[in-house]
Parts: sequence; structure tokens; C-alpha cells
Amino acid sequence: MHELSVVESMMAVVLKHAEKNRAGKVNRINLVLGEMSTVMEDPVKFYFELISKDTIAAGAELSFRRTELIARCEDCGKEFKVEEYDFTCPECGGTDTEILSGREFQVESIEIN
Amino acid sequence: MEIEVLEGIFDANEIIARENRALLDRFGVFMVNMMASPGAGKTSLILRTLEGVEGELSCAVIEGDIAGKVDSERIAERGVQAIQINTGGSCHLEARQVNTALGRLDLEGADLVVVENVGNLVCPAEFHLGEDLKAMILSVAEGHDKPLKYPLMFSECHVLIVNKIDLIPHTDFDLELFKKTVRKMNPSVEIFEVSCRNGDGVPAWTGWLKDRVGK
Repeated sequence: MHELSVVESMMAVVLKHAEKNRAGKVNRINLVLGEMSTVMEDPVKFYFELISKDTIAAGAELSFRRTELIARCEDCGKEFKVEEYDFTCPECGGTDTEILSGREFQVESIEIN
Repeated sequence: MEIEVLEGIFDANEIIARENRALLDRFGVFMVNMMASPGAGKTSLILRTLEGVEGELSCAVIEGDIAGKVDSERIAERGVQAIQINTGGSCHLEARQVNTALGRLDLEGADLVVVENVGNLVCPAEFHLGEDLKAMILSVAEGHDKPLKYPLMFSECHVLIVNKIDLIPHTDFDLELFKKTVRKMNPSVEIFEVSCRNGDGVPAWTGWLKDRVGK
């Protein structure tokens, strides 16, 4: 359970951008969370409520956009959805792959006024 | 008003991890991040590793634990520099904690720093420390079904050490099935089979590590 420190980092990102844009209030935080990330939505929401209290982000809605685990085969170039964490290319059987999405946890945007 | 941010939440950790990397490069030091469940044998493997490279590599150890200094004392008894980090409840080490510990170590003349992460198969996989090598240990007693339960750790590690292989005859641990599953998730992973209890397989691991450190 590392969501507490993760939410602290998330708050730092949100408040930095909110202050830079002279926000009076953060209404919504749009997050991208990859399928393979170990971060879980519910504890993030729980800690966010605790940590955001007394900040301009208090009461903001958290929205999670989930991304699938997608890899690209370095041998044949095929992009494929990774099922059951099997990174073998379904096209050519290659095992040299690069992850394109599914690992991220990112603040995509914030909605402020 | 919507403001585009596009900033990764682990970016702050990544920046410090890169600072650690630069510091280690400056001193020509190789760093291993050792990760495993509690009780898998992290400290035992570190002690065996120190024994295996003794006289060839100058080592230091950073011990991460929620509380206590039992592990760093065990290491220091060997005459090896050891720094204890107590995370105070946090379940993983972050780059900034390792940065502080590196600052307290004498890196001049050191070849290898081994970081023993907090016992946990989940969170340590998310936090880069600036290491050259992510090593994980899976002990036989944990069972061969762990890779699909902890996919990030098994797919992130560069080297996987299966410990307590002397227990295999007493369990239904299927080593071949285990290795097959891991290789699908992580085709380039190096796998070593060891028993820290009787020392079996340890020379293969330490020999490989010495090659990687390049001394």
C-alpha cells in the first residue's frame, strides 16, 4: 500500500499547476492509470480526501481513465494487447517488446476556476 | 477551465533516481536493488553475495526496513559499510531516501552498493532508485503461482533468484512451470537457483554479478 506517498506526489503536481494558473479552486482532476500500475483507485480517493483537506483541491472530483497494456514487437513491429502478462508477440513469436501503454499513472489535466 | 498537465506522478522520484545514477557513475559504482517478500532471504542472499565477492569487490549495503536495525547490524558485523533506512511504515524505498543514504556512504573506492528494499512484492517495483540492476528473490516456500499475482515485479526485474531450492523435494513447487511463466512475462530475465542455507548455486550468481560489475 503505497497510495499515501503516491497521493502526496499527485497533490504536489496538482497544486503546482493550479497555483501556476492562479486557480481559486480545483474542481476535477483527470488521471490516467495504466492496467499494469500497482496503484488502486479506491485508496487513492481515500487518501486524496484526507490530504486535500484545507487545500484548494478539497472536494475535487477524481476521474480515472484506464489504459490497456499495449506492447510493440521490436522484431516485426506488431502492436498488440498483452493478455495474462504474456509479452510474446502473437504475430511472429518475438520476445523483444516495448511497452507502449499500461504502465502510466499521470495527471492528464485539471479543471479549475 | 481545463488545464493540460500531462505529468507523471512518479516523475519527481524519477528525477532523483537520475541524480543517484549520475552520482554512482561519477564514482564508478554499480548498484543493485534487491526486492522480495518478507522472509524470502534478502539479507541471507546479501550476506552470501558479500562472501562470494570478498577480496574482489569493495561493497556497501543500504538496508531498508519499516523499523529496526537488525539487518544493518548483521551486515556491519562483516566489516562492510551499512546504512539503515527506516521508512517508518512506508512499504518501499524511494529514490530520495537512497540519495540521503548514498551521501552518508564512502563511495570513493567502492565497487558495489546493494540496496535491500522493504519486504514487499508490490510497491518497490514502481519506484526506480537509480540502480543498474533490479534483482528479485522468490523463495520456494512462497509457491510457483506468484508471477501472475505480482506481474509488475516479475516483469520489471532484470534478475530473478529462486531461493531455498533445498526445500523443493518437500513441496509441490513446480520449478519448470514457474520459469516458463516468468519467461513469458519477462523474456530477458536472468534466473538463478540458489540455497542461501547450504550455498548451492550461489557461485553462479556471484560470478555473473562480478562480470556485470565489470571488475
